[in-house]
Amino acid sequence: MSHLSSRLGRALRRTLWQAVPTVIGITILNFLLFQLVPGDAVDVIAAESGGASAEALAQLRSHFGLDVPVVEQLWHYLSNLAHFNLGVSPRHNMPVTTLIGSRVGNTLVLMVTALGLALLAGILLGSIMAAKVGKWPDRVLSLLSLVLYSTPSFWLGLMMIVLFAVKLGWFPTGGSSTIGAGLQGWAYVADLLRHLALPALAMAGFFVAIFSRLTRSSMLEVSRQDYIRTARAKGLGPAAVTFRHILRNALIPVTTVAGMHFGTLLGGAVVIEVVFSWPGLGRLALESVLSRDYAVLMGILFFSSLMVIIVNMLVDLLQAWLDPRIQVR
Amino acid sequence: MHSSFVAFLRNPSAMAGALILLLLGGVAVFAHILFPGDPLDMVAMPLLTPGEDADFPLGSDTLGRDVAAGIAHGARVTLMTGAVAAIISLLIGVLIGSMAGYFGGWLEDVLVRITEVFQTIPSFLLVIVLVVIGEPSVTTIILAIGLASWPVIARVVRAEFRSLRESDFVLAARSQGFSNMRIIFQEILPNALPPVIVTTSVIVASAILIESGLSFLGMGDPNVVSWGSMIGEGREQLRTAWYLTALPGVFIILTVMALNLVGDGLNDAFNPRLRGM
Repeated sequence: MSHLSSRLGRALRRTLWQAVPTVIGITILNFLLFQLVPGDAVDVIAAESGGASAEALAQLRSHFGLDVPVVEQLWHYLSNLAHFNLGVSPRHNMPVTTLIGSRVGNTLVLMVTALGLALLAGILLGSIMAAKVGKWPDRVLSLLSLVLYSTPSFWLGLMMIVLFAVKLGWFPTGGSSTIGAGLQGWAYVADLLRHLALPALAMAGFFVAIFSRLTRSSMLEVSRQDYIRTARAKGLGPAAVTFRHILRNALIPVTTVAGMHFGTLLGGAVVIEVVFSWPGLGRLALESVLSRDYAVLMGILFFSSLMVIIVNMLVDLLQAWLDPRIQVR
Repeated sequence: MHSSFVAFLRNPSAMAGALILLLLGGVAVFAHILFPGDPLDMVAMPLLTPGEDADFPLGSDTLGRDVAAGIAHGARVTLMTGAVAAIISLLIGVLIGSMAGYFGGWLEDVLVRITEVFQTIPSFLLVIVLVVIGEPSVTTIILAIGLASWPVIARVVRAEFRSLRESDFVLAARSQGFSNMRIIFQEILPNALPPVIVTTSVIVASAILIESGLSFLGMGDPNVVSWGSMIGEGREQLRTAWYLTALPGVFIILTVMALNLVGDGLNDAFNPRLRGM
């Protein structure tokens, strides 16, 4: 046990150390992009209030610290970030971190549900494909996963709305709760799940394809190893070999890829949240594009990148736990 | 290389993919002959369902625009975006990956860090920000997608260069006094190409998906039709005329699937060891 914890401790130190330059790079890139965005926050405020005098603009610029040299602005930006301050949204007139905080929970619920569904379905389908390799279940499922792999998630979502919400009426067409119902307790959870089902499924589609293909190929790879032959030779049944030996080892690449695609999943949340009017970060991103609220947009970009880094660190730790052979690189 | 080509020709699913791409490419190139005029013009009765009027086999939208013309002209925008964005990411990725892999040392460290930064930022969000900074034109969108997609190429190229830089033919080239540039681009790069080509087909597919998502959100070029923008506009009539949303999506799936089939086929052809897996 202490061996395990020292291994995890080493993995944590290594992964933290590797994350530092990436965070610095992302911060600088974010700042540079922010400089390139047309017009600054003051222009937006002036436009919102229907124009302002040159003196008032200058006063606002000095208020927001926009009248100093770029290097000094970068310094301000960095010290603000160190205090988890991403600036103020001129449109909502509230701190960007507060705005992001109010939406991030919804996006995480959606993403975790979609990822969970995708892992379950992908590993299940991949195991079936590997067990029946070359036979018709493998061929049919391979074709299905190829189609899912090529389908844009927003289109899948729209088609699900047509079928399951408009034609069959099983699920609501959008939103995260029934408006005005004021539900409590389990009724609230059931209502949330009904609203969550279609967007999570639409988001999961692409990842079901990825995980099933990966599970299939890594199970085929693992099943050729010597220790699997040994397990079979000592008389273990096919189910025990599949689950205890093959699947467990095949899961290691699946976790790597799940971590790698977390950013894709976040990007996909933008379109899915728009399709299903899901009040999360992605819809906030599009709203801020439409209202030219660039502080919020850049805040979301920065925050999402940090989330990707954190998830990749968690995946590193998970792998150090799953596979004792993974050592300090 | 020759036997790989034969292996590719003998792979039925790869050939099916290549055929679909060829057909769609033909439609894209000849769109202005097949469907002359601006696809954004109103030419038909609004909301014809597919098959209702033989002149407009795929129907028309709320403004009476020909859906078939939109699909054909959209193929042009979609395929061009995918191809040019992939070329841009190929240029950046090959440059950064080869420098990192060939020279090693501090240069490699710096380039790997830069690659990691771009790989960490969710690419769809980065494309949105870049398009907001520029203007919603086809050129900006292509550049933005290219700028967001190169890290995968850079990683593949770097790995190849690292494994090839100590090989015999590179040492021979060095001992003949070839310049670094010549060794990188004329000696190592041709040998590193197979995995790069496979990765590029994946990049084209993902570029098409990013473009369609972007124009679905209404952030595309307002002056051209693309499959994504057709889906975005058709969404308003999802309850009454769902075919307006469904049809362009089917074409996106066909294109992306064809690219994936070709990519898989190339992968199998370049790695005979993996054939049949």
